[in-house]
Amino acid sequence: MNILLFLAPASVALGAMGLLAFLWTMRAGQYDDPKGAAERVLYDHLEDLPLSTKAE
Amino acid sequence: MTAAVAGHRDLEAFVRRDEAGKGRLELLVTGARCAACIGKIEKAVRELPGVNGARLNLTTGKLAVDLTGRAADPDRVVETVEGLGYRACLFDPSEAAAAQDREGRDLAIALGVAGFGAGNVMMFTVPAWAGLFGQELNAPTLTVMYWMAAIVATPCALFAGRPFFRSAWASVKRGKANMDVPISIGVILTLIVSFSETILGGQHAYFDAAVTLLFLLLIGRYLDHRLRASARSAARDLLALQSPVAMRLQGDVERGVPVAEVRVGDRLVLAPGDRVPVDGKVESGVSELDNALITGETALVPVEAGAMLHAGALNLSGRLVMTATARSEDSTLAAIARLMEAGTQSRSAYVRLADKAAALYVPIVHTAAALTFVGVWALGMGPREALLRAAAVLIVTCPCALGLAVPAVQVAASSRLFRRGVLVKSGAALERLSEVDHIVFDKTGVLTQGQPHLIDAPRQVIAMAAPLARASRHPLARALAAAAGRGPVATDCVETPGQGVEGLIDGRRARLGRASFVGVHAHASHETEFWFGFEGDTKIRFTFEDQPRADAAKAIADLRRLGLSIEVLSGDLEDPVGRIAREVGIDDWRAGLTPFEKSEIIDGLKAQGRKVLMVGDGLNDAAALARAHASMAPGAAVDAAQNAADLVFTGEDLGAVTEAIAVARTSRRRALENFGFSALYNLVATPAAMFGLINPFIAALAMSGSSIVVLLNAVRPGWRRR
Repeated sequence: MNILLFLAPASVALGAMGLLAFLWTMRAGQYDDPKGAAERVLYDHLEDLPLSTKAE
Repeated sequence: MTAAVAGHRDLEAFVRRDEAGKGRLELLVTGARCAACIGKIEKAVRELPGVNGARLNLTTGKLAVDLTGRAADPDRVVETVEGLGYRACLFDPSEAAAAQDREGRDLAIALGVAGFGAGNVMMFTVPAWAGLFGQELNAPTLTVMYWMAAIVATPCALFAGRPFFRSAWASVKRGKANMDVPISIGVILTLIVSFSETILGGQHAYFDAAVTLLFLLLIGRYLDHRLRASARSAARDLLALQSPVAMRLQGDVERGVPVAEVRVGDRLVLAPGDRVPVDGKVESGVSELDNALITGETALVPVEAGAMLHAGALNLSGRLVMTATARSEDSTLAAIARLMEAGTQSRSAYVRLADKAAALYVPIVHTAAALTFVGVWALGMGPREALLRAAAVLIVTCPCALGLAVPAVQVAASSRLFRRGVLVKSGAALERLSEVDHIVFDKTGVLTQGQPHLIDAPRQVIAMAAPLARASRHPLARALAAAAGRGPVATDCVETPGQGVEGLIDGRRARLGRASFVGVHAHASHETEFWFGFEGDTKIRFTFEDQPRADAAKAIADLRRLGLSIEVLSGDLEDPVGRIAREVGIDDWRAGLTPFEKSEIIDGLKAQGRKVLMVGDGLNDAAALARAHASMAPGAAVDAAQNAADLVFTGEDLGAVTEAIAVARTSRRRALENFGFSALYNLVATPAAMFGLINPFIAALAMSGSSIVVLLNAVRPGWRRR
């Protein structure tokens, strides 16, 4: 049973990583323009980063 | 009237600048659809002098442009985008929109945190549930599991619960209890009880229930927010399309200024197609005005130097220079606006279904929990057991139907209507619409198309005048040309603004226009008319009428079938109103009404206990729209009417009104079904919790299960059934 003391925090930490990744995408404005993001991958010369994060 | 038409406007008013002179400009671009469009637009705009960066948001259609210095010219940006073949207009940078975005972002983050907590806490509570059924899980292991659950759940619940805590606190301070009060008390009490149980090594800890409850409620909260945000941004887009710029003359230079900044005595220029921004007097120029949106009258009014202009009228044929005699807030609009405000206040007193239920629900739940606590303690089972059972009552009675199901129903309904071209401004609007039993229609622009059509003229007569009509951009000439179809165009045409057009047809000089222009004198008529004649020949009169929308008669019949009584209130003259009412099959109609009479009639109907739906498009309807129980406006309506209306329908057909009412009624039925189900569920679950029959497993199961049932009922298909 002692293994739980290692595995349980490890899995929570993995979950927390996922949560942090979500918070980062949220703050980076990645959900602001889902339609545009889908189109932008098709061309190399289009910029990926939203203007708001670049400017601030 | 958009920047597109204006061409050379000074648009500095729309740039938001910081101290260094760097600016941000936002444009609404329509027509962009794919990656190629993005590339074209962004590249062209970035290459302009003084532009630092450009980013097109394909989802919202906004183009954000960063300007480096004063050298940058907003006008060039608009011209460039339009040169590429897209429609562009400037967007007023407003702080409100930013606040709105922040609220949505906060909710999404809270939702993410609650989701993380709800998912991960299960890792520890599912083994604990197994232990409750006598599986191999000894007491120390159970305590460890609960501690782990506490470590995950507590910070998540406290963070994700902030929107509820804040709202509950604000409501308690006002001496009222909204739905968030039992939610907040429930969550906090649950956490406290769970901690004390875990410390004492007990069997009953509800860490999972606290987080899962918040997760489910936040889904509802987020849906509700999305509904309001999308409606609001669509409404703002509509406003941006009618950009609120007046062209002020300073010396000989025209400068675009926001309408709010126009002062008394300012000289303003009105191009054909512009709306009169403020009340004023014509200084020079001749033209015709379309007053339909202010008074509901369809006949065009000729104006010349010295004539009074009312804000909101549409300038049709000539360039006018006017002197402002009132500021924007003192114009004709102001009286109407005051009426509207009063209406909006009475409407905000409307109690939503969920709030009505909450008003009933909150005291019952609190009483039940308090009774449980007192009763169990009095029966000698000790304060610990008493508190535990009180917490269990609060958990199982969580108001999921109120917090989750009603927003879900309304999102399903409004997305249905959105696809149909109907924009719903709020959930409350849908609820009010479902209660409607009487409909009041405006005539011009609602029952009718709001455009003149030529009536009863012999074909050869039309053909005679058509070559001259094709050369003019006057709306009546265009209606005449449309009736004639394709054909030759007159030569040597000269158009006199506000008078008519003159030219050569097969070498003969002819005129088309107002009676006096063509040479008919001493003629007075209430009908919309145009005269035509060759020089020295008999003059021919053409009359025009507004036509009903194509599906008006069918839509009226459908509405009757839904059990609604219908009436027409119009500011236009008796004849055209009576004719249109007969054509679409409405017996009740009144003509020649002022905006004030309209809203008085609505008030009268209200006093009789009728729930009135007002459908109107003009400034003369705005007050009535705001005072009616529910209101709809077509997408072509003036912005005041669109602001006052609960729902805005785009598209040509009136069937949208029928569909909106049907959908609103279905969504109300769904919401009531959900309340019925939750009442039934609470009737069973609450006594069970009071008598201590609920363990953490059953509490979690019952709570999530009931939420999922109401949610599925909300989104299940079958909206079409009437």
